Amino acid sequence: MIIIPCPFCGDRDHSEFSYGGDATVKYPALDASAEDWYNAVYLRKNPRGAHTEYWHHVGGCRSWLVVERDTLTHEISSAKYAHDGYGDSA
Amino acid sequence: MSASSSRLNAGGIINRNETLSFKFDGKSYAGHPGDSLASALLANNVKIVGRGFKYHRPRGVMSAGQEEGGAILTVGTGARREPNVKATMQPLYGGLESFGQNAWPSVARDFGRVNDIGSRFLGAGFYYKTFFGIRGGTKDWMLFEKIIRKAAGMGTASREPDPAHYETAHTSCDVLVVGAGPAGIAAATQAAEAGLDVVIAEQDFTLGGDYLSQPDGAHRAVEAVAKIGSLGVSVMLRTQVFGLYDGCVAGLIESVTDQETGMQVRQRMWIVRPRQIIIATGAIERPIAFGNNDRPGIMGSAGLRTYLNRYAIKPGQEAVIATTNDSGYATAADLKASGAQVTLLDARTHGPDAPEGVEVLRGRVPVKGEGWSELQGLQIGKLSESGEVSVEKSIGCDLAAVSGGWSPVVNLTSHRGVKPVWSEEMDCFLPGETKEPIKVCGSAAGLWDEEECRLSGAAAAAEAARDLGVNAPVVERPEPRRTNTPTMALYEVTLPGKKLKSFVDPQHDVTTGDIRLAHQEGFVSVEHMKRYTTLGMATDQGKVGNVIGIALMAAATGAPVSKTGTTTFRPPYSPISIGAIAGRSVKQHFRPNRLTPLDAWNKKHNAVMTQAGLWWRPWYYPITPTESVDDAYEREMKVTRECVGLCDVSSLGKIMVQGPDAGEFLNRLYVNGFGKLAVGKARYGVMLRDDGVVYDDGTTWRLSENDFLMTTTTANAAGVMAKLEEYLQTRWPELKVSVASVSDQWAGIAVAGPKSRDVLEAVTTECDLSNEAFPFMGIREGVIADKKVYLARISFSGERAYEVYVRSGDAEPVADALWGATKPLGGCLYGTEALGAMRVEKGHVAGSELDGRTTLEDLGLGKMASSKKAYIGKALAAREGLHDADRKQLVGIIPTGDGKRLRAGALLMADTEQRGHGEGEITAVTYSVELGHWIGLGLIRGGVERWDGKTAISADPVRDGNTEVRIVSPHFLDPKGERMHG
Repeated sequence: MIIIPCPFCGDRDHSEFSYGGDATVKYPALDASAEDWYNAVYLRKNPRGAHTEYWHHVGGCRSWLVVERDTLTHEISSAKYAHDGYGDSA
Repeated sequence: MSASSSRLNAGGIINRNETLSFKFDGKSYAGHPGDSLASALLANNVKIVGRGFKYHRPRGVMSAGQEEGGAILTVGTGARREPNVKATMQPLYGGLESFGQNAWPSVARDFGRVNDIGSRFLGAGFYYKTFFGIRGGTKDWMLFEKIIRKAAGMGTASREPDPAHYETAHTSCDVLVVGAGPAGIAAATQAAEAGLDVVIAEQDFTLGGDYLSQPDGAHRAVEAVAKIGSLGVSVMLRTQVFGLYDGCVAGLIESVTDQETGMQVRQRMWIVRPRQIIIATGAIERPIAFGNNDRPGIMGSAGLRTYLNRYAIKPGQEAVIATTNDSGYATAADLKASGAQVTLLDARTHGPDAPEGVEVLRGRVPVKGEGWSELQGLQIGKLSESGEVSVEKSIGCDLAAVSGGWSPVVNLTSHRGVKPVWSEEMDCFLPGETKEPIKVCGSAAGLWDEEECRLSGAAAAAEAARDLGVNAPVVERPEPRRTNTPTMALYEVTLPGKKLKSFVDPQHDVTTGDIRLAHQEGFVSVEHMKRYTTLGMATDQGKVGNVIGIALMAAATGAPVSKTGTTTFRPPYSPISIGAIAGRSVKQHFRPNRLTPLDAWNKKHNAVMTQAGLWWRPWYYPITPTESVDDAYEREMKVTRECVGLCDVSSLGKIMVQGPDAGEFLNRLYVNGFGKLAVGKARYGVMLRDDGVVYDDGTTWRLSENDFLMTTTTANAAGVMAKLEEYLQTRWPELKVSVASVSDQWAGIAVAGPKSRDVLEAVTTECDLSNEAFPFMGIREGVIADKKVYLARISFSGERAYEVYVRSGDAEPVADALWGATKPLGGCLYGTEALGAMRVEKGHVAGSELDGRTTLEDLGLGKMASSKKAYIGKALAAREGLHDADRKQLVGIIPTGDGKRLRAGALLMADTEQRGHGEGEITAVTYSVELGHWIGLGLIRGGVERWDGKTAISADPVRDGNTEVRIVSPHFLDPKGERMHG
């Protein structure tokens, strides 16, 4: 039972979330080459230890979060909103 | 005391005023409230309660706890029959019915005992050696396996559904104390006095732990329990903490009742989130391996003390107690006080003074149990300084008790990945260090003295309080230490040149010989030895035998125990019922039931319902009570194609996509263009996954410049929504778009058929329905039954058709109005069966073709892909392999002979080569009323281009066998779409 500190909802059980994959992957532009897309879609690291990953608070506020999790201990060191805002909303 | 009872006249924590009657193997006995099933059997002098797993040797009660290896019974009958119940943990109740296991005709007279005589052929690994590589191969092995499985085994579960109720509950607390013995109670007291919210869980049905095994135990337990009660501690009795999980979440199973009591739950699973955990799980006494150490009448010394003091039972008159440590002395004293004749063997040459009236033989060990089915005597030996044993004499006895030292229960820290550490000094595994908020105290931490256990409990609680920022007195935590008369490390008694049958794991019949055999054959690692011998793999999971097994392996390899290692304990601590894990998520509650806003309306109109994913949808609407699904759907599709039909399509996914960049967003999602879609128009779109495979399809409507309503398939509604959120929040944060699921907010009704416009004209106001004003793929607003509706001229059936969308709360009056206009025209209601049949006739793809493997081209949708823009999946869809002419592509299928039916799921084989997976498969079929024969859709290598007009074999070996079919275009009806445009 991993507890994820959702920045909007507080500490919530992982059963409210769905895993969204490696958050360090940068998806290429839609018109980028098949090779760039191949690298992004198929080539993934499987690290032992610290991992930056997406979790979707699907049973909560529906935010996509960037979570730092230790793959060995399941320790969560941070969770923040993936979207950093529009900048000009003020 | 009657001749047939070994119950003492006084003492014990049992209610003698009440008698409970119960049965064992058909015979009736009596016990008292407070008895365990094991104590009640012992009180009635039932000596043989089980049979060994492999050798079918008779077994008696061996302990008084969770580690029991002998009294493993089946409790209950019929659907409530539960196998492998530890009689020591089962509270007695009136009417309890229990049965011995693994024996025929009964545990008292079991024919399987012949296995014991031939036992030298049944050693470790005998399955593998005997039956692998035999002539006949796997087939023969499977035959032998059946026979072996019958001969060896545990009890059998009921094959009926479990009628008991279970539930899951959640709670949190500051401190969870596991175990309510002296240490646990002291910890709970200290934590509660510090003002913390404390939960204490005890697996036993009486609180007190080791207090209960002492002569004055009842009194002391009652005092301690009253104290924690007055402090507001939540006490959970018969509650096993079966596992510790990530984040120190604890899994608990509470046994609420054993009896049939209506709706009362039998067990409750608790998911507890404590801030601190105090483990006070105590220690389990180890046996010593010696000859025939499994004879009924031989039990653990601590277990015997529990039977004497807690249950007031004296299981024998003449007893020998064999010990390697001080704890045997207390048992000897208590047993002597009950009037038995007691001889105490101490393997050590120095020990405490002899208890009054007890003869202590120092430097003596048990060698071999005597007697065939029950213990009649014990051969004893003298242990020399060099460790050699020489047989000295036999002592006649009907009871023997053994203590080979203690093993702290380190399972829960092991669940958290903390390896136990072997202590040479203490002769046991101690829990390892953990960084988590877990504290171990009492005997679980290697303390044997009661006062020290209490102190360590209080110290652990005070530390926990301070860790939580609460003031608590500093209590010094006692450390495990060697006493003046330490435990002697003695695991096995052997005689030079003699073979003894000495059990390490009585539940799986693993002997010391098996462990040496495993070593001899190269299974040196503890994990390999465990799997080869099956040591510790029975229901007690090595609580009794693991340490002896590891020590013997260490002795065989010459390495110290600390280097030999230990196996990893994993949850559950002891077996738990699957029912308790499932809780209430069974039968119709196994998963959620989603009902459309028209659910009640559909049922009122005689719909037969079917589940599609989580949704309940109308399957068909029989017009007579006997109309079959086939008759009904054929009628419904005929009426719809010739006249008009209504269908509840509310389960389609509906997502509002809004904002200045909504058009651009849709352009990136769909393979076809949406940016230039006119307001008031809908367009069919297909979206791919990143890897270029087709993901989902549906129509999307432009309601205004910045407002789109996207529809998805019923199956992918949630997945598409999550994807849209992912794209907007992680990939394209610059897009100013907001998405919201409105699937439940809108009801949808399809009005399909040539007379659909007539139906709508009869009921709709504020909307011009003429073909010119409202062409195909148009979106309009209107009013039906005074309710605002959206009308979309889209068609899944291929007929002239509309879909009416209305707020969920307004669905029924709109459905009433539509039906009111449909019925007089001779129209009908149609369900998913007719809906699916009509889409097959049109060659529309659905879930069975969008199977996560097909590309746009495979589905004949290649022309939809825009060359003017980029979209999700475009780059990888261009990969060469996805354009191979040999790929499976969508085709239509018809039988070659009249009246022959098709079967979805059948493989398509070339006529000449009927083997393997074939050339493709049939994905969907229906009877076409209009064409007068069966039709199907399928995927076949090379598609229409290669196969048009050719025949293939539909191979369906489990149903109809082979049928010849012809491959045709998937568009069976109206290929130009004139009907829906008209």
